[in-house]
Amino acid sequence: MKHLISVLVENKFGTLNRVAAMFSARGFNLESISIGETEDPEVSRMTIVTRGEDRIISQVLKQLNRLVDTIKVTDLTHQPHVERELLLMSLKLSKTTQHEIFELSNVFKGKVVDIKQKSITIEIVGSPDKINTAIDMFRPFGIRELARSGAVAIHRGDA
Amino acid sequence: MHQPGQKLNGSEIFFECLRREHVEYIFGYPGGSLLKVYETLHDVEDIKHILVRHEQGATHMAEGYARATGKPGVVLVTSGPGATNTVTGIANAYMDSTPMVVFTGQVPSTLIGNDAFQEADIVGITRPITKHNFLVKDVRDLAPTIRKAFYLATTGRPGPVLVDMPKDVLAAECAFEWQEGVDIRGFKPTFKCHANQVSRAAKMIAKAKRPVLYVGGGVISAGASEALLKLAVEQQIPVTMTLQGLGAFPGDNPLSMGMLGMHGTYWANQAVSHCDLLIAVGARFDDRVTGKIETFATQALKIHNDIDPTNVDKNVKVDLPVVGDAKDFLESILAEMPKSREDRAEWLGEIDAWRRQCPLDYTVEADSLKTEFVIEEVSRQTNGHAVIVTDVGQHQMWTSQYYKFTEPRSIITSGGLGTMGYGLPATIGAAFGIHDRPVVTICGDGGLMMNIQELVTAVHHKLPIKIFLINNQYLGMVRQWQELFHKEKYSFTDLEESNPDFVKVAEAFGCRAVSADNPEAASKAITDALAYNDGPILVDFRVIRKDMVFPMVPAGGSISDMLLARLNPKTMV
Ligand SMILES: Cc1ncc(C[n+]2csc(CCOP(=O)(O)OP(=O)(O)O)c2C)c(N)n1
Ligand SMILES: [Mg+2]
Repeated sequence: MKHLISVLVENKFGTLNRVAAMFSARGFNLESISIGETEDPEVSRMTIVTRGEDRIISQVLKQLNRLVDTIKVTDLTHQPHVERELLLMSLKLSKTTQHEIFELSNVFKGKVVDIKQKSITIEIVGSPDKINTAIDMFRPFGIRELARSGAVAIHRGDA
Repeated sequence: MHQPGQKLNGSEIFFECLRREHVEYIFGYPGGSLLKVYETLHDVEDIKHILVRHEQGATHMAEGYARATGKPGVVLVTSGPGATNTVTGIANAYMDSTPMVVFTGQVPSTLIGNDAFQEADIVGITRPITKHNFLVKDVRDLAPTIRKAFYLATTGRPGPVLVDMPKDVLAAECAFEWQEGVDIRGFKPTFKCHANQVSRAAKMIAKAKRPVLYVGGGVISAGASEALLKLAVEQQIPVTMTLQGLGAFPGDNPLSMGMLGMHGTYWANQAVSHCDLLIAVGARFDDRVTGKIETFATQALKIHNDIDPTNVDKNVKVDLPVVGDAKDFLESILAEMPKSREDRAEWLGEIDAWRRQCPLDYTVEADSLKTEFVIEEVSRQTNGHAVIVTDVGQHQMWTSQYYKFTEPRSIITSGGLGTMGYGLPATIGAAFGIHDRPVVTICGDGGLMMNIQELVTAVHHKLPIKIFLINNQYLGMVRQWQELFHKEKYSFTDLEESNPDFVKVAEAFGCRAVSADNPEAASKAITDALAYNDGPILVDFRVIRKDMVFPMVPAGGSISDMLLARLNPKTMV
């Protein structure tokens, strides 16, 4: 099954490579990985989406922990958490489709970030499921290009 | 020794740090990026630099030294080709969990990434084969990085750490500061075993009718042999060892079953297959040990103690994991053991029956020589008291079967990676660290050629090492598989036509050498070699060519199902 793992790492050169290389060396599935600085500039947070049976996931967590540059590894899958992904999508635009595209974008609480004569770029934020659905729904209009950020996630506050 | 606070350049700082890490020997080879270091080294007297003849040799020497002494081995090589030549040795140390620190020179930091002359991204290359590695970008980071490197290499599960040092960093100056304490927030290995887990383990052990202790190199690196002996004897638990675990328990103790796994003893493998409790200590359920996982120790509850949590439940699902140091584990168990336990006489009797059913044996003929005889003879003449270093192949497996290792740090062998060419340099490294026991290599004619250049190093330093060459004129282990599993297609394994005369080769290096082709001559050659201490000596044992190592578990087979002899016996020549 799918697992969402949050990893605090040293904000150092090579850390992302160490993590990614460990996944490939050990044959673990790596669906997405995203990384960014935290409130502490010396620490980054990685959000990793992977898939596997429990036994594999338990190895993934232990192998992540074993890396010297990882500070804390949390499997958020079964804990209360918020997960978000950002989609930037550029679509073909014509007089006939314009209206529908705007409407659909509203359904997904999308934002138009760029618009030209023949193209429109929309930004949508949501759970990876929502992003998948959005892509499916927009596909008939003709997707020119898209970029997904990969999931970022955080533990829900306790109180 | 320079005082803290003094202004020093990177090269001076480098040696100051090594002093504070109590480094005795550096195994190294100079080059452009290290010129400043070698300039400083010229006036260093308290740390001895051993000039190797190939950087791979340096890494195996450092590993031999580390395994013999328990102290980390230190390597110093230049950038680019010097660094890439260390890759095999680093991978070897990683697989066998040997503490080692490898220092590589690097092109000036301003040129990194420009495909500069002799540039290689050695940090990138060695990331998956080091415990950790560092590129030092500022001379002020040099001392703290070196401290961290030694700490990481020797703490928890040991392993190799690499420090890459650009040329400009080695020349730049700063005030030298040294801080003994290390705090790495992402590295906090668990030493102390969990008390509840330990008491559960003790109860399981007391209740077991047919227990087996399966121990590996972790027992040796933790210095846990004494506790192991005590537990096994008090509880009457038979002990089997992995290749790296040999010597953790005395091979001449009646409770020792020798090695298990692919070329283990029949009785050890039978005992593991029939036991009701398997207590794994500092071992990792390697595939050469378990054979087919689905049929491995199916009747047993399994306890697994390891310092590295990733080893637990990796290959075999266990009933009771206990993460922590092997010595702490065994000592805590001893303290927890209930007064009464099951009687184990019947179980030990069963194992003895297996032992009598398929013992390790061979026949001796007066006019031909067998490796088994040579190794048993070395074992007898050294009382199981030598430091034995092997290369990789048939001779290695026969050594594990026929040499009676009686104490820890007695076998030095490439287990995890199986690196041919390891034997000679590892022996040299061991000989720098060990002076009160004979240091012997048992190597093959294939493997010896892979690092034969290091004979110069041994001769130059007059190291009294014994090079026992098991010369079957074959890549014997591969030949064995070709005969058993590959339709007897002996593709590129016959070396008879191409091998050099090893006695002449050795003599050309300035090394004494003799040969022996029958048991009597072999015994005498061993006696003479053990008595010769003025430098290295090579004995070319001309053994029969097509002998095979048995018993054997075919790859992927069940360990309960061993091949005991040749499938289609032919006369051996
Ligand atoms: C560097 C390296 N290359 C290839 C192998 C594969 N290999 C394993 S054992 C062996 C034969 C070793 O021959 P030799 O050194 O003569 O020892 P013997 O088996 O004859 O005792 C080979 C080629 C290896 N282990 N290491
Ligand atoms: Mg051979």
